[in-house]
Amino acid sequence: MTELDGLYALWYREFKVFLREKSRIISSLFTPLLWIVVFGGGLGSSVSLGGTNYQVFIFPGILTMTILFSSIFFGLYIVWDKKIDFFKEVLVAPLSRLTIFAGKTLGGCTDALIQGSLMLAFGVILGITYSVQMVVETIIFMLVLAAAVVSIGLIIGSFMESPEGFNLIVSFLVFPLFFLSGALFPIDNLPSWLRAFTTLNPVTYAVDGMRGVMLGMSTFPVMMDFVVLLGFAAVMIAIGSIAFSRMK
Amino acid sequence: MDEFSAAVNRSFGEVVIETSGLAKKFGHLMAVDHISLSIREGEVFGLLGPNGAGKTTTLSMLATLLKPTEGTAKVNKHDIVKESDAVRRSIGIVFQDPSSDDILTGRENLYLHALMYGVEKNIREQRIHEVLKLVDLEDRADSRVKIYSGGMRRRLELARGLLHRPKILFLDEPTLGLDPQTREHIWEYIRRLADQERVTVILTTHYMDEAERLCDRVAIIDDGKIVALDTPDQLKQIIGGDIVRLRIKNPKLSSIKELPYVVKVEQMDGFVMLTLKNSSAHLQEILGLVGNAESVELRTPTLNDVFLHYTGHEIREADAEGGFFERAARARSS
Repeated sequence: MTELDGLYALWYREFKVFLREKSRIISSLFTPLLWIVVFGGGLGSSVSLGGTNYQVFIFPGILTMTILFSSIFFGLYIVWDKKIDFFKEVLVAPLSRLTIFAGKTLGGCTDALIQGSLMLAFGVILGITYSVQMVVETIIFMLVLAAAVVSIGLIIGSFMESPEGFNLIVSFLVFPLFFLSGALFPIDNLPSWLRAFTTLNPVTYAVDGMRGVMLGMSTFPVMMDFVVLLGFAAVMIAIGSIAFSRMK
Repeated sequence: MDEFSAAVNRSFGEVVIETSGLAKKFGHLMAVDHISLSIREGEVFGLLGPNGAGKTTTLSMLATLLKPTEGTAKVNKHDIVKESDAVRRSIGIVFQDPSSDDILTGRENLYLHALMYGVEKNIREQRIHEVLKLVDLEDRADSRVKIYSGGMRRRLELARGLLHRPKILFLDEPTLGLDPQTREHIWEYIRRLADQERVTVILTTHYMDEAERLCDRVAIIDDGKIVALDTPDQLKQIIGGDIVRLRIKNPKLSSIKELPYVVKVEQMDGFVMLTLKNSSAHLQEILGLVGNAESVELRTPTLNDVFLHYTGHEIREADAEGGFFERAARARSS
């Protein structure tokens, strides 16, 4: 029971912090909104893809972006946590490192899902008609992506000693994952070198899957997207558990 | 002398902490140098020394936050390396730096702690109420920790350390940077815990008064080694008398050095320090022999004198700040 209570405690803490730091929610939604409104709207006024407005076409990609950024930063934040305040108390508690990892991951997924859902609601303004099934399936994709990326953030964060490397991670990990995912362009007719990168990028399958679910257009079968993404998340969670159990 | 003196004669229970040859090395620096001690149930045990002496490192090893380089220790009969989870369940710890979540309220911090330490659901509210009352924070429990003063935050963390009724409580510099009134309060709480709740308390401090007033036994630590260990009263016996401090030019010391009641004579920049047995009977005679003193100060020995006696230097704030890094630098260059 203690481990479950502990898990709940960790999640509860993250959720409370999330609710109290409203500025974080607003700022994390602002960039994706800029992309969808300005970039999507601007380019969309002269470009459409396969009969779909460009703005609508990139919408699943921007949802992915929202999840990607909020999740990775949530994970990386433990660099701060490790140094100050509450996390020290968590580390000395009689809880297994696995529980701590799981609690953090759940907290991060909750944060990311709330932000993703707010973005999802914005789709109504773009004229996307939702069905219950579509919303449920999109949320499942977002959840699995969030679990994977929060884990990546936690893994990196568990090894880092100071937040100075954050910019490096954003430049060399987060932006490549985003740009090489087909979030902003179709991946069917890419030059072979670019195609190789996008095929290897697990985030591609999140974008493709959500685009399939929401717009009915996908390069791979949606089921395949889901299985690849799930596998990716499973591997990251496994590595994260190991990284945490070794953390001091 | 004070309300705590009676405590010294209390009988203590079984041994709850035992270390043997406990050592921790950081690179070339021997932070804790083979410490062996045993502490009994209900004792308030102080680790006294300047910062960098190895107190916090010792505490961290006992609390399973650091693995020892050598040696072992048992806390509540559990090995600190092999059974760290069991150790963690039997201890509470209050860190030197704040470790409460300042975005949350005091009550929320306690609630989280209760969950993580497996305090049963039906007694959680009750316990939280109890510890808040103990540290006088009932009124402010629902304010965010961010707006607490340093003293309130320390009290909250003390309350949190007690929430799961640990057998053993570790306190790292419990009153560092607090005002005198708050310190008195916290001393009272700690004393009450040991006397009434039979909690064993191990604390680190570089405050002499804290060690003297609060602790049943004190281990004086310098450079990672225990140089003396006893009750504060017994430790002070080693000085062998009272201390007279004279401000004097050209003192005539040769005549008094031979007197049977003079234990020790020291001279330092314009002052003479004498240690005298039965000082009140002999002070007049001493003053007559030594010459014209500008000022005279007579006092009973303090732990500071004991520390000086054993280590040849005093615990000063200056040591406290730079000690660790200086030693680290010395260790690196050697």
